Amino acid sequence: MASSEHSTHQPASLTLYLGTFGMLMLLTVLTIFAGFQNFGMWSTPIALGIAVVKAALVVVIFMHGYSSSPLTWVIILASIFFLTIMLGMMLSDYVSRGWVI
Amino acid sequence: MSATNQTVQDHGQHHHHKDLAHHFDTLEQQHDANTLGMWAFLLTEVLFFGGLFAAYTIYRYKYSAMFEEASNHLDITLGATNTVILILSSLTMALAVRCSQTGQAVWTGRWLLITIFFGLMFLGVKYFEWKHDYNIRLMPGKDWAGKDFFWWQYAKKAKEMEKHDKGHSHALPDPKDVLPDNHPSLGIKGIQESQQARLFFLLYFCMTSLHALHMLVGFVLIGIIAYFAYQGAYSPDYYSPVENIGLYWHFVDIVWIFLFPLLYLLGAHMGH
Repeated sequence: MASSEHSTHQPASLTLYLGTFGMLMLLTVLTIFAGFQNFGMWSTPIALGIAVVKAALVVVIFMHGYSSSPLTWVIILASIFFLTIMLGMMLSDYVSRGWVI
Repeated sequence: MSATNQTVQDHGQHHHHKDLAHHFDTLEQQHDANTLGMWAFLLTEVLFFGGLFAAYTIYRYKYSAMFEEASNHLDITLGATNTVILILSSLTMALAVRCSQTGQAVWTGRWLLITIFFGLMFLGVKYFEWKHDYNIRLMPGKDWAGKDFFWWQYAKKAKEMEKHDKGHSHALPDPKDVLPDNHPSLGIKGIQESQQARLFFLLYFCMTSLHALHMLVGFVLIGIIAYFAYQGAYSPDYYSPVENIGLYWHFVDIVWIFLFPLLYLLGAHMGH
């Protein structure tokens, strides 16, 4: 009972937060640089890829995903899952049925 | 809530931490339940914004060439500046939560106020950006007389003029010199282009203003939490409100992380 009287979430180190901030800045520069290159059809996947990495950094470190309970992770992953269903199924419709739009 | 020295209260035969609600066994469980609830709310927020992202995806897919050209009318420098400001505010928010975990009440409050400051800076930049977009007639909608306010040919002309004097003067085109968007000489293609550009800017204004609205709500909530932090309401044993407002703010940051490349950088490779 003694240990359970205290919250066990230890604060992360300052270095980790500053390092994460540095990484996010670096990736912002990278996404702008990539935006000015002509990657053709790969432009959007590259831009989204960088954005996903940035979002993951924010979720795992700033939002304490690293110490969140498994149940919280179920919700986090569920939000991605439902968003994928919404975008994926809708797009499959639009891409495969030219006469719809 | 206000007593900081009184950590344990006697409720009958049980010893309870002052911040532990009756229906939880431990502070840990209480904290996890609070976090879980906040994440469940954020899930609904993901799908809320998801609707706009879905509309964006469809029209981006359908009118990709025109979306790239329309995107070129946004200011990448201002968009990038705002990205940096917002990520900076995420850092200060993370530091506020960290200070509440280590029991530095005053610094919790200070970092929260600094976070609001950066948020206001973001909206300040956005104000000048929106104002410019409005001046060059990029805002979809009708004017007071019921005529179309959005005017693609006008925006194109304004951009051309900006290019010519390299930003020395900020003169706007004379409306008399600009063709209406539905002028027959533009051809069917030209008229369709203005309609597709209008869609891009409709999505741009909806997405950025819904994002800005979330920031305004954030200011109020962060302000309230900052007030309680200064009052000493939070401790390493109980800081869930700070943690949850942090989750909210980081979520708003994540939305912008996606909005920035999707709205501002589409046409960057074509040169400005």
